[in-house]
Amino acid sequence: MDTRLEKIVKVLQEKANATYEEFRDEVHVFINAGQIVDALTFLRDEHQFSLLSAMTAVDYWPEESPRFHVIYQLTSLTQNLSIQLRVLVNGDQPKVPTATRVFEVANWREREIMDMFGIDFDGHPDPRRILMPEDWEGHPLRKDYPLGYEEPQFTFNFEEIDLRKPYAKE
Amino acid sequence: MGVEQKLGNMGVVTTTLETAVNWARTNAMWPMLFGLACCAIEMMSAQAANYDMSRFGMELMRPSPRQSDLMIVAGRVSRKMAPVLRRLYDQMPEPKWVIAMGDCASCGGVFNNYAIVQGVDEVVPVDVYVAGCPPRPEALIHGVVTLFEKVKGEKFADLAKA
Repeated sequence: MDTRLEKIVKVLQEKANATYEEFRDEVHVFINAGQIVDALTFLRDEHQFSLLSAMTAVDYWPEESPRFHVIYQLTSLTQNLSIQLRVLVNGDQPKVPTATRVFEVANWREREIMDMFGIDFDGHPDPRRILMPEDWEGHPLRKDYPLGYEEPQFTFNFEEIDLRKPYAKE
Repeated sequence: MGVEQKLGNMGVVTTTLETAVNWARTNAMWPMLFGLACCAIEMMSAQAANYDMSRFGMELMRPSPRQSDLMIVAGRVSRKMAPVLRRLYDQMPEPKWVIAMGDCASCGGVFNNYAIVQGVDEVVPVDVYVAGCPPRPEALIHGVVTLFEKVKGEKFADLAKA
């Protein structure tokens, strides 16, 4: 790990009770949901991590519990450093405090995570779906979401499936 | 033509009204631009100089549904796009036809998932399906000519019923 990163991780460990992992020179810092806004503000203001270059989530169901990781990838352009923060959450509609007041760009990213994973962001200024239609049910990137709905037609079951297909009328 | 016109010696052609109307329709069929994915590139090249669909009376791709007779759905239709597609179809004046170009528009293609409509025939009635991923311009032109054959066989009575 970069020595500059080591210092930052140490502060996060003391301040926010964080743990960390290293994988191929990338540092992942695990932080409680309650302290993520403070951690982001700290990194932005005191260590020049001015760019939230990616914000996403992963569903590790059923292997891991808590199942969701909300991931913040921060980049410092002045120091050429990058650090990843992860928030672990569980449950059906978990809540994470919004990062929009620290990074404006988090607005649409959080809407996407809300849409695709069903993770709510407390205090988000515009909590609507961003990609799926507004009346959509479910959250498609969850691992327990069904993949597709159409059965493939082969010669032996072509007509049987053809009868069930919802063709449009005039 | 030419000499006969000058001489005023045109003669008389007899035909049925149906045949004349259908002939006119097939030779001035204006397709609507509906490029949704990579099939649109093939649709453009079918229009462009090398393949030149204007040989079949289709030199005008219309951006407005109100001026077009044919909708070439070129590409995959997402569930969010489906209401838009249906609305544009409803805005086209009668008579109107639809070509589902490519595997995605015909049956969902490789995208058997939640986001893509499994065949545009769930949203609008399709006249001709063109297979291929994406179909070459020749295949699209073949689809168009197949549609012409269909249109030439249409009866006024059937249109009145619909």
